Amino acid sequence: MAEKTFTLTNASGMHARPAAVFVQTVQKYPGTEVFVKKGEREVNARSLLSILGLGAAKGDTLTIRSEGPQADEALAALAALIEGGFGE
Amino acid sequence: MSEQRFSGVAASAGIAMGAMRVYRPEAAAGHSAVIAGSPEQERARFEAALQQVERELNNLAEKADAQGKEILQAHLMMLQDPELRAMVEGSVAGGTSADAAVTGATEQFAALLSSLPDEYLRERAADVRDVGRRLLAALSGRTVGLKLTRPVVVVAKDLAPTDTLGLDRSLLLGLVTEQGGPTSHTSILARSWGVPAVVGVAGVLSAAKDDQTIVVDGASGEVVIDPSSVTRDQFRLRMEEAAAQAERDRAEVGLHAETPDGHRVELAANAGRPDEVALAMERGAEAIGLLRSEFLFLGRDAAPDEEEQYQAYAAALRAAGGRRVIIRTLDIGGDKEAPYLGLPKEENPFLGVRALRLCFRRPELFQAQLRALLRAGVHGKLAVMFPMVGGLDDLRQAKAALDQARQSLTAEGIAHEPNPEVGIMIEIPSAALLAGHLAKEVDFFSIGTNDLVQYTLAVDRGNRDLAGMYQPYHPAVLSLINQVIQEAHSAGKWVGVCGEMGGLPAGAMLLLGLGIDELSMSPSLLAQIRRLVRGTNYVEAQAVAQEALTRGTPEEVLALVQPLLKKG
Repeated sequence: MAEKTFTLTNASGMHARPAAVFVQTVQKYPGTEVFVKKGEREVNARSLLSILGLGAAKGDTLTIRSEGPQADEALAALAALIEGGFGE
Repeated sequence: MSEQRFSGVAASAGIAMGAMRVYRPEAAAGHSAVIAGSPEQERARFEAALQQVERELNNLAEKADAQGKEILQAHLMMLQDPELRAMVEGSVAGGTSADAAVTGATEQFAALLSSLPDEYLRERAADVRDVGRRLLAALSGRTVGLKLTRPVVVVAKDLAPTDTLGLDRSLLLGLVTEQGGPTSHTSILARSWGVPAVVGVAGVLSAAKDDQTIVVDGASGEVVIDPSSVTRDQFRLRMEEAAAQAERDRAEVGLHAETPDGHRVELAANAGRPDEVALAMERGAEAIGLLRSEFLFLGRDAAPDEEEQYQAYAAALRAAGGRRVIIRTLDIGGDKEAPYLGLPKEENPFLGVRALRLCFRRPELFQAQLRALLRAGVHGKLAVMFPMVGGLDDLRQAKAALDQARQSLTAEGIAHEPNPEVGIMIEIPSAALLAGHLAKEVDFFSIGTNDLVQYTLAVDRGNRDLAGMYQPYHPAVLSLINQVIQEAHSAGKWVGVCGEMGGLPAGAMLLLGLGIDELSMSPSLLAQIRRLVRGTNYVEAQAVAQEALTRGTPEEVLALVQPLLKKG
């Protein structure tokens, strides 16, 4: 299992485009379970609707947890995405 | 019956007058009569509906523009959402009909999104409901959407994104909705199609009937049903004025931006992508004064290779038909980032590793771009421009990199333009102050006023609290611009402006008076600036600009320029 906490720095937060890119990145690791937690709520990172439903905005803290054969790779890919501000 | 007036949010400019088509999709919906089959049967119905909707969305996406494709992509991801599916399957396993299960699950997500504080995310509830509605229609063998058979103004409570995307644009005069805001899909799509639209019009639906006449002013937010003959005439007049203006703009497209006393300025356009070049030429741009290369680098997982870049730059040069295209090398960093570059988070990105500073640290990235540019140069009139030059060191290092690219292409025997014009952006105050030295080693300057203002005044242009302090007409900025133009001309080089200041009437007049050679702006601004230049004597503009250089505040500068603007 791998886990890391991030602060969202891109201006639009988890709007549709960043959220979609996020889910598509998770989908590259089919055997790996990934969860995103904001506050007390943790959701399935493969679910676009659940991620949008977190209402994560710029400055919010998210914790990402991954489990499975490619847990570390998946987390690293998502970290690059978030830390790069989703290319905004 | 007398006319009924409404007002709403002006969502997309333009005036439409014509027959109304009222869209009430809710009248056709409803599934209370469905009796659930066995859980296995319901599950199979759900699977079949999923597949049908997936096909429908893919079909719509084929015909959609980039904006539409992005919306449909999000809908497909919602359709395939594992949590939505789990919720539906759970209900079906418990004996609920697939129809009720879909309604329950999509409503639950829609309610969740509706409860969020962010307006943009709240609007996404409409997307989930749209997906749910398509699934319900597929379950009951209906199709959704609105088929237009003649030119109409469509009036609806709200248009689901895929309703709007499915409309025949050639028959769509205008759009009016009771709900929605400036960021809803209806508004975004209407703007990208150039269709007049007013949204958030309270009460319009109860007054609307098919085939009645309606007028819509998408600039003022006015909507009138059954307009009186006086009202019709008023709106006809507005339409004629707008059409006449557009006609004048078109007629003047071929005219030069030349003052009555014979001083000519080159009018060029800024472009963000190669496909914007043709549009700029249609609007009368004499050149492309700035083609940003970032479009190739943002929103993707890996850097574009040399070949991909070559194709894109060549397309831009061909579209310009032999006119000059200034392509700016990569200006990433600052506010624009690409995740695959793995750039460290900086405390102060606008003063950090951006543009040339990044390219110098990533020679392989820079070389691929420079080689692609030189190769593309054989397809038109290429000019290469380096951003974020602070002094001679930066310029010389960038030119050495260009030499290296040229030599490698020559050594490999690959066709390329060996001697494109080479210029730099003047956006750092140090470069403006050293313009005399820099001018000797370049072919041209282009003043990036957005950053020059920001760096000179130490005002973040993205900071709303400081919006009032971001002053392109600040005498300190004018003084730097004046110095740059003087030094370039002494060295026999030309100077342009590719920042927003060049497309603002007051900015263009000051720049004209200071002796600028080229103004590059968004294509939509060309007509107005062309008219302004053609209506102003150069000697008059010069006198105003010289006077402005002696003033101490932006307000005084603006007051001096105002009299020139009445001629636009």
